[in-house]
Amino acid sequence: MNVKRKTALYGLMVALAFIFSYVETLILVVGIPGVKLGLANLVVLVTLVLLRPRDALAISVLRILLVGFTFGSPASMLYSLAGGLVSLGVMILCRRTEKFSILGVSIAGGVSHNLAQLAVAAAVLRTPQIVWYLPVLLLSGVLTGALIGVVARLCLPKLKRFAE
Amino acid sequence: MKQTPRCLLFKTADLVLVGGLLAVAAVLFLVLGRWSAQGRTVEVQVDGKTIATLPLDIDTTYIIDGVDGGHNTLVIADGKATVTEATCPDGVCVRHRAIDRAGQSIICLPNKVVVKVVGEPIVDAEAG
Repeated sequence: MNVKRKTALYGLMVALAFIFSYVETLILVVGIPGVKLGLANLVVLVTLVLLRPRDALAISVLRILLVGFTFGSPASMLYSLAGGLVSLGVMILCRRTEKFSILGVSIAGGVSHNLAQLAVAAAVLRTPQIVWYLPVLLLSGVLTGALIGVVARLCLPKLKRFAE
Repeated sequence: MKQTPRCLLFKTADLVLVGGLLAVAAVLFLVLGRWSAQGRTVEVQVDGKTIATLPLDIDTTYIIDGVDGGHNTLVIADGKATVTEATCPDGVCVRHRAIDRAGQSIICLPNKVVVKVVGEPIVDAEAG
């Protein structure tokens, strides 16, 4: 892929992830704080499959910085960064084993994202009661991860030509 | 370009992963449910005066000396408090189901005994 195509693709991916992050704030899935769909992860996941891990990392970090500076605060950026980096790391590892389908990779990403954010929250808030959230966030990570994984699976065949 | 993803929607490892995560969630849910008794206590009152305060997370049996020589046996087990035996004629307190949430109480009118759970509810619906 030449540099022009790659630049355009990067731009598209970051813009899409950015918009998804915004759209996600408009649709409340359930009234539990910390439970969200992870739409932006769809872009990261697709990038991870179509391009290389480092491309997914770049797009994920760019998205988090953009969203953080636009809508968030330093605190919310810290949460996002923890969740984004840990989940991407886990997804890269899961993909490298080649044992998981994209669904499994997505679920692992969703769960690890939630766990990382919970860990940050526990460290910041210093409330042991927060472990109560663990089962909830595990379950929601599995569900949203599966959903995003299915969507990614459906999108990928149509997006393949962009990465050629 | 890497190889295209396999056509399989599910692989064995996916199922193992999901099963494992759900199992962990279920176990955590049960374990944390037990822990939730921590920090809460039952207060035992006889004729309006508090005579004992017992933690809910330590299993114990406590004989309450009620008024006029009456007795009630309070048992704390599995983070819940219940009255298993009583000398009172009606036995309302014995039939009362076990209590474990702040504000719940078991009352024995003949012996003027009140057993009540005090403490902050651990999970606050508004907590973020």
